[in-house]
Amino acid sequence: MRATRYYTTVSALAVLFLFPLVWSGWASLEDPGDYLEMARFGEGLGTYLTNSALVSAMTVGGTLVVSALGGYAFARFDFPGKNLLFLATLAILMVPYATILIPLYVLLGHLGLQNSLVGLSLVFVMFQLPFALFMMRNAFEAIPRELEEAALVDGCGTFRAFSRILLHAVRPGLITVGLFAFLASWNDFFAPLILLNDGASFTLPVAVVSMTQRTFGAVDYGMLQAGVMTMAVPCLILFLVLQRHYVRGFMSGALRG
Amino acid sequence: MSITLDRPPRGTAHQSAPSPPPWWRGRKAQGWAYAAPTALIVGVLFVVPLILVVWMSLHRWPLLGPATFNAPDNYTKIADNPLFLDAVVFTLKYTVIITVLLSAVALGLALLVQERRPGVGFFRTAFFLPGAVGFAAAALLFYGMLNNEFGPIDPLLQSLGITDEPVKWIGTPDAALFSTIALVLWRFAGFNMLILLTGLQAIPVEVYEAARSDGANRWQIFTKITMPLLRPTIALMLILSVTGSLLAFDQFFIFTNGGPDNSTVSMVMVVYREAFFRFDLGGAAAISVVLLVALVALNVLQMRVLRRSR
Repeated sequence: MRATRYYTTVSALAVLFLFPLVWSGWASLEDPGDYLEMARFGEGLGTYLTNSALVSAMTVGGTLVVSALGGYAFARFDFPGKNLLFLATLAILMVPYATILIPLYVLLGHLGLQNSLVGLSLVFVMFQLPFALFMMRNAFEAIPRELEEAALVDGCGTFRAFSRILLHAVRPGLITVGLFAFLASWNDFFAPLILLNDGASFTLPVAVVSMTQRTFGAVDYGMLQAGVMTMAVPCLILFLVLQRHYVRGFMSGALRG
Repeated sequence: MSITLDRPPRGTAHQSAPSPPPWWRGRKAQGWAYAAPTALIVGVLFVVPLILVVWMSLHRWPLLGPATFNAPDNYTKIADNPLFLDAVVFTLKYTVIITVLLSAVALGLALLVQERRPGVGFFRTAFFLPGAVGFAAAALLFYGMLNNEFGPIDPLLQSLGITDEPVKWIGTPDAALFSTIALVLWRFAGFNMLILLTGLQAIPVEVYEAARSDGANRWQIFTKITMPLLRPTIALMLILSVTGSLLAFDQFFIFTNGGPDNSTVSMVMVVYREAFFRFDLGGAAAISVVLLVALVALNVLQMRVLRRSR
């Protein structure tokens, strides 16, 4: 009896949470022409998809390289300024994201990276760094010191020990960091809205939002849901496949940083 | 912050080699080499913008053209910016409502799926799944779903006899706020549930067993054991919710577009408008600095409370 009531409640809630996703998928597929129309919107879907994929790839790659090297440094080395650098990195979490995008816009202009996918990716790497560095430092600390020492005794330099042996041992951490970096860079709307100002360099979220803001004619809602699904489906699949790694990000307490 | 850095003992195997290694092979230099990319990114893309935003706020800084020193004009004119003052009131109101509702819903969900039983994994995933969708995509999804002609919600409510005619979901200030809250709850409830679940799982089973053998009922267990032990996790959730809500942008920019009648303009939207509609980067920077100081102060305060409750 109690079990029936329990399952009725959670099932009703599950329907409530899944309904919008199912509806959007259905609405986007009702008329396959919506996808064709979306493919021709603005600069063309291919351009936006390529931009988004490039930004995500650069963000994931950059975050992995920087946080793996940095995590190793913080876990295994002692150097002057270590605590200061760690606190400065964590301070990124304390400073509201939105408030430093205006100066970043000006700064990237001076660096010749205005309206640039590379510039945007670097900004994403910076925003990912507190979580990623904390995660990777913990991952390296969890490796038994003997593993590294054995490699060093065998004549490996620290870099060879790092790249040949330690990186394998921290692979789960790398997957978690990469997953968070992908979801953030693929989905973010505010940073590309500010840092990119030319339609040809828009990422998917900015392009799809601009579908609602056409000056002439009504909004094409079918096309809009096709856009929503194009953005959402890769994330949904990736999340379902890598769910375990996502939850580990929470479990590690890294959010607490 | 609970992070403490433990210092690894100096010197590992290779330092016992017969001749001392040159300085650039020492652990210090190597440590710096590995940390250099981090330092570069944090320095150039975080510390410099942090200084730059203060510098900009002291200047008349048009989107194009040279900047001229005008301090403290950018700050004094904030007080004369009715859009911003309204936005402060609105954003605070929104933050309170969202934080209360989101915490309640997330706690309810977490309690429902905390125990292992058949199918519970599916329900956890179902509640979280909206969180995997980007917030911009979620806002556009609701934009279509609540549309009177295209969306399914109005026909559904009418066929159930709940409403007689299409509802103006974003047509009045109250309705727009209500719809935005529904969107945010849908998108973030599972995320907060996951945070709470990590806290719930950390409570040892023995504590519950001891309470039960002492004859405590379910309500007593919830109020006397679960809630006190969950306090740090709840505090963390509140910090994330308050900070996130005070900086709300996407939901209002995409979903309500600040309307109707600028009734749903958030503080960050004003920063954006100052910079890219009024081309006044100095003014936008001054508001940013105010927000930044307020939020850092709030974060520090909350961290203190969080630490004390541990």
